[in-house]
Amino acid sequence: MTTKLLTALLLGTSILGSAGVASAADVTLNIESWRGDDLAIWKDKLIPAFEAKNPGIKVVFAPSAPTEYDAALGAKLAAGSAGDLITCRPFDKSLELFKKGNLADLSALPGMENFSPVAKSAWQTDDGKASFCVPMASVIHGFIYNKDAFDKLGIKVPETRDEFFAALDKVKADGTYIPMAMGTKDLWEAATMGYQNIGPNYWKGEDGRAALIKGDQKLTDKDWVAPYEELAKWKPYLGDGFEAQTYPDSQNLFTLGRAAIYPAGSWEIGLFNTQAQFKMGAFPPPVEKAGDTCYISDHTDIGMGLNAASKNADAAKTFLSWVASPDFATIYANALPGFFSLNSAPVKMEDPLAQEFVSWRGKCKSTIRSTYQILSRGTPNLENETWVESANVINGTDTPEAAAKKLQTGLDSWYKPAK
Amino acid sequence: MAADIRPKRPFRWHIGIFLAPAVLVYTAIMILPLAGTLQLSLFRNIEQHQVFVGLENFRTLFGDPNWSVGFWNALRNNVWFFIIHMIVQNPIGVMLAALLSSPKLRFAAFYRTAIFVPTILSFVIVGFAWKLILSPLWGVAPHLMDLVGLKSLFTPWLGKEQYALTALSLISVWQFVGIPMMLIYAALLSIPEEVIEAAECDGITGLSQFWKIKLPLILPSIGIISILTFVGNFNAFDLIYTAQGALAGPNYSTDILGTFLYRAFFGFQLQTGDPNMGAAIATMMFLIILGGVCVYLFLVQTRLRRYQF
Repeated sequence: MTTKLLTALLLGTSILGSAGVASAADVTLNIESWRGDDLAIWKDKLIPAFEAKNPGIKVVFAPSAPTEYDAALGAKLAAGSAGDLITCRPFDKSLELFKKGNLADLSALPGMENFSPVAKSAWQTDDGKASFCVPMASVIHGFIYNKDAFDKLGIKVPETRDEFFAALDKVKADGTYIPMAMGTKDLWEAATMGYQNIGPNYWKGEDGRAALIKGDQKLTDKDWVAPYEELAKWKPYLGDGFEAQTYPDSQNLFTLGRAAIYPAGSWEIGLFNTQAQFKMGAFPPPVEKAGDTCYISDHTDIGMGLNAASKNADAAKTFLSWVASPDFATIYANALPGFFSLNSAPVKMEDPLAQEFVSWRGKCKSTIRSTYQILSRGTPNLENETWVESANVINGTDTPEAAAKKLQTGLDSWYKPAK
Repeated sequence: MAADIRPKRPFRWHIGIFLAPAVLVYTAIMILPLAGTLQLSLFRNIEQHQVFVGLENFRTLFGDPNWSVGFWNALRNNVWFFIIHMIVQNPIGVMLAALLSSPKLRFAAFYRTAIFVPTILSFVIVGFAWKLILSPLWGVAPHLMDLVGLKSLFTPWLGKEQYALTALSLISVWQFVGIPMMLIYAALLSIPEEVIEAAECDGITGLSQFWKIKLPLILPSIGIISILTFVGNFNAFDLIYTAQGALAGPNYSTDILGTFLYRAFFGFQLQTGDPNMGAAIATMMFLIILGGVCVYLFLVQTRLRRYQF
């Protein structure tokens, strides 16, 4: 009863809504999104750029609140009133929509060849045969440092782990700055900025991640325990009372100039640029020996798909092909420094810090966070457990081996690798 | 005789009509959701269909270590949360009420209001304010302790496994101590003057008057407060969620039934929600609270002596 009423209401609004524009012969495409923050960028930059090239197609960006997005989108899709284009969350949430038939298969879309397999992995079926969203942006992990502090103490940017810890020791010995701004209170900092940041260098990026999914490697293997061993060594370099330090505390600590190194995600760039009064630089997670291949977490975060029920599928595909083009990538990456285009074509960016981050793609191999694809579908949830255990390791309440064992036992209880 | 010739009384429709609004509203917003939860806990989502599985969800909850460890941990923490309230909040509440009801106390109205104010604050404000107060970076707590030379006793309480739950319980005590205080205060005021005067004539004054005369008279109120504390504590969620997040860190040391239910029902980050398991946990919470209330009603309250004045 209520669903029928809701359907009727939603249908009613969609008919009324389209009645206004029906007078023009143009096709209007509606974009569903949770990125309300990006409204101005879409309205002032992206949509005008597209409409100038494609007369006859009008685009409307209609975001809803992030916390409501998934539920609202589900209801709209069920009622048939969802927009033509759907902003995709990475991995299972979008995969579920594709399996239900809400998202169209875009494997053959012109422009999809612009993306690497890693970039597409977030919006593919488990076998990698069908892609259903155009990758838009990713975030890269690394370390942001206070350049003024490094210059003052005569520290050069570390490339190897030994140099990294030598730099931390030097900052600690000097005492002016807290060596590293990170806390374990919010748990995810330890996992995302810690484990997933430095881990790929140990488990060799995609190789290790794929082997883990296949079951050839275990979280208790040396390559997966070693990042925890390094994390445990971070403890003495963190600020006083880091156990109760929250994520905003860490951000403030760094932007106020009280800390030297900040384990970061590139999404911080926009905020740090406006808040920090000192010069900043960035370096990728240090490798073991100079010259080793480096691996970075280049995590796919946002994509765009086609509503399978869209009446304007052709126009929508034109738009998606444009989203897959370098033109879109350039505008988007410059408007939102820190959210990097996944396009294989190099994108010219103005922001120096963003440039530094994206330059690592050239010399390092990209991977995504190890827990996101497939491995976090069951109970206990591997991602949540990784948060808790990473914090435990830094707090010293669990040894690296014990933490790894707990994670693997939890994973084994529900995950059976396909043989 | 007279009764025989009196006409049969008509059915009293008005009783039903007057009761109807309350019954309907209560059924719609309390009984139906509760029944729905119980029903949901007997089903499981298999290939997008709700399938009746009997008590299978409960067997998972207690038999599968992935669930049972979390559940027992949450229950244990919840019991500790309740114990702290019982041994700290309620005695302090009684003590404050006794002090407030003393006729010699000046500014009683001011104290009463000041102590009660935190109770009406939102959990979000309380959680956030205390997180800041106890923050090792910018909190006032380390600074104040430094002033009296106790800096060495300061640790980041909310971030340490062994202290976090106790610290949060005490924050909750701080917030809610006004409620037992108000109820006991009202009970103390309702003790008739004659009883007190009679006691004074017998030479019972001061502390012994409190222990021998007043306390027995307010025991029923203390019973009510205990049961309110019990129900409130086993339904608690907000403070932990605002101060520690849904994962109730560090290492699940502050996880109580409410946060455990939240993660199971709604999911968290990559964990997808499982309404059926969530409903099973909610049912257990309901049974625990029901059990506690029954114990109180049948074992404790029937033995409390009531005094009629």
